[in-house]
Amino acid sequence: MKRAFKLSGLCCANCASKMEREISKIKGVNSCCISIMTTRMTIEAENQSIDELCQKAFDIVLKYEPEISIKRVL
Amino acid sequence: MKKQKAEIVKIVLSTVFLFLAVIGEQLKLHPLICFAVYLSAYFICGGKVIAEAIRNIFKGHVFDEKFLMTIASLGAFIIGEHPEGVTVMLFFCLGELFENYALNKSRNSISELMDIRPDSANLKIDGEIIAVDPFDVNVGDTIVVKPGEKIALDGVVISGTSFVDTSALTGEAIPKEVFEGCEVLSGCINKNGVIEIQVTKPFEQSTASKILELVETAADNKAKSESFITKFSRYYTPVVVVLAVLLAFVPPLFTQSKDLADWIYRGLTFLVVSCPCALVISVPLSFFSCIGSASKAGILIKGSNFIEDLAKAGIGVFDKTGTLTKGVFSVREIFSEEIDQSSLLRIAAHAELYSNHPIALSIKDAYKKELDQSLVSDYCELSGKGVSVKIENEKYYLGNALLMKENGFDVSDKGFGATTLHLCSEKKLLGHIVISDEIKESSKKALELLRKRGIKTVMLTGDSNEAGKSVGEKLGFSQLFTQLLPTDKVKITEGLIEKKKENEKLFFVGDGINDAPVIALSDIGIAMGAIGSDAAIEAADIVIMNDDLSLISKAIDLSKKTLRIVKENIVFALSVKFFVLILSAFGFAPMYLAVFADVGVSFIAILNALRINNKTK
Repeated sequence: MKRAFKLSGLCCANCASKMEREISKIKGVNSCCISIMTTRMTIEAENQSIDELCQKAFDIVLKYEPEISIKRVL
Repeated sequence: MKKQKAEIVKIVLSTVFLFLAVIGEQLKLHPLICFAVYLSAYFICGGKVIAEAIRNIFKGHVFDEKFLMTIASLGAFIIGEHPEGVTVMLFFCLGELFENYALNKSRNSISELMDIRPDSANLKIDGEIIAVDPFDVNVGDTIVVKPGEKIALDGVVISGTSFVDTSALTGEAIPKEVFEGCEVLSGCINKNGVIEIQVTKPFEQSTASKILELVETAADNKAKSESFITKFSRYYTPVVVVLAVLLAFVPPLFTQSKDLADWIYRGLTFLVVSCPCALVISVPLSFFSCIGSASKAGILIKGSNFIEDLAKAGIGVFDKTGTLTKGVFSVREIFSEEIDQSSLLRIAAHAELYSNHPIALSIKDAYKKELDQSLVSDYCELSGKGVSVKIENEKYYLGNALLMKENGFDVSDKGFGATTLHLCSEKKLLGHIVISDEIKESSKKALELLRKRGIKTVMLTGDSNEAGKSVGEKLGFSQLFTQLLPTDKVKITEGLIEKKKENEKLFFVGDGINDAPVIALSDIGIAMGAIGSDAAIEAADIVIMNDDLSLISKAIDLSKKTLRIVKENIVFALSVKFFVLILSAFGFAPMYLAVFADVGVSFIAILNALRINNKTK
């Protein structure tokens, strides 16, 4: 299952790639992609626990950049 | 924006303080006063950076650029290099500011290019018009589009006529006329008349939403050079930091000299250079600029990886019908025997009076004049062969070779292709009309442009040998395959992929409707004229929104330019950084130079990346 989020306020390319790597390592997440240009985060994860996994992803995003606001787009 | 202004004020203030402190030192004011001024300059711009660096340490990420800058600048302060400390922080903030500015600017300019998402729709209910969110409009509803407005949802015009500007979708500058019964796509701009549209697709499936979604997700398919840079930066920073620590503390142990401060200074300089920011930002920025520029021209590229592939394109495989040709039949040549060409055409057109077959229509089109129904009698359709008809009381047969044979005329040795109609009366063979699919005006030039770039072109077609060859030769194909079944096309493409050179890429151009397997198989699948066709947009890697084949060479040029800029940036940034690292290891690089290696290089790399957007004619 795929979900996409807008990360408004994302501006550090290096942090984005760090977030991406860390989120991809969460168990149950198949792939994660964060684009610095579109500020879009796409997560592909196991169906059952997707909400929980996305929450974990948010925590990671906010750990690196606390000022980001997250909005679901897909 | 507000945040940026605050940053600018901080930087200006801090610069003023820095100058005051330098002047103060020149005037030999009390060192403590100078130090205080330096310190305030430092904290004015660096306060936030330091605070964030400390916060990040507590969260467990140490090799953060803010942390590195804090250590470098504080270190400079501690060993007494006050101006250096302030400058490092100042330049770092300036660099961040510029990076954000450039990032936002290119984000905006690209979303401006893609400004096709309508904000509202005028829904007509019981004769009343209300503005609603396009999400709330259902299939079958009627919406009203006034001049100057964007069409919100895909649909069919039910009343009114107007010109619509499709340039945002197709890059095509000439407005298209629409009238009752025409299909219109969301994202187009209505130019002059008021039109009413019956909605055929919900908003999220309408063309505008689909295209936006596609461009947004394009950034998810990262190019190899993007992954390379992310990987590189993962190792680069820790390695340089470790080297910095070694450089600061190991040599003094052996040299037994007292200039520990000098070695620490060298180590700190290393830290300043250890940020990979310039690279990490400029590479995706380049690719995204390319995707943005391309979409403005009517080329949708579905990922940065395809930009890389396209720049290496070596073989182009083209489907004939609908790609190189218009997919519409027309009369190409008339060979008359016994009677003159215009009477031949006149008889043929009248013979096809009652037929609506595309070939019949092409003959009537070629005749151009009004048809006189009263001349025609005893019309009879002969299934699989043609027609027989009486015109001005003379009996004629119009149809294929089989029909001629039945009437005693053998045309099989005359070398006509499958799509040739023959006309005879009961006594004589009168002539032949060669029907063919018309070649697009842009095809020949487009193929020449590709060949000029060293790309080998191959044509595939399901058509007969004669028809295929005549088109292929006109367009200068050296390699062409005819009479192919869809499975043959797959096999031939597979063969071409096997035979091509290691680093060459093969692209296939089709209309995306019945060649999906080949599109999927190719390194790069390109669908032509795909606007409005969901299946094609789905299957292809690159979608050309209008019918212009020359956009392919444009896309290739753009990709090459993008990759060149990416390479320039990588080589430039790395060589400057390594150069400065070596210089500072031997004690030749002042910290100013290191700051340039970091911030200045970012600045130049970003400017270079933005060049992609500028002039791409």
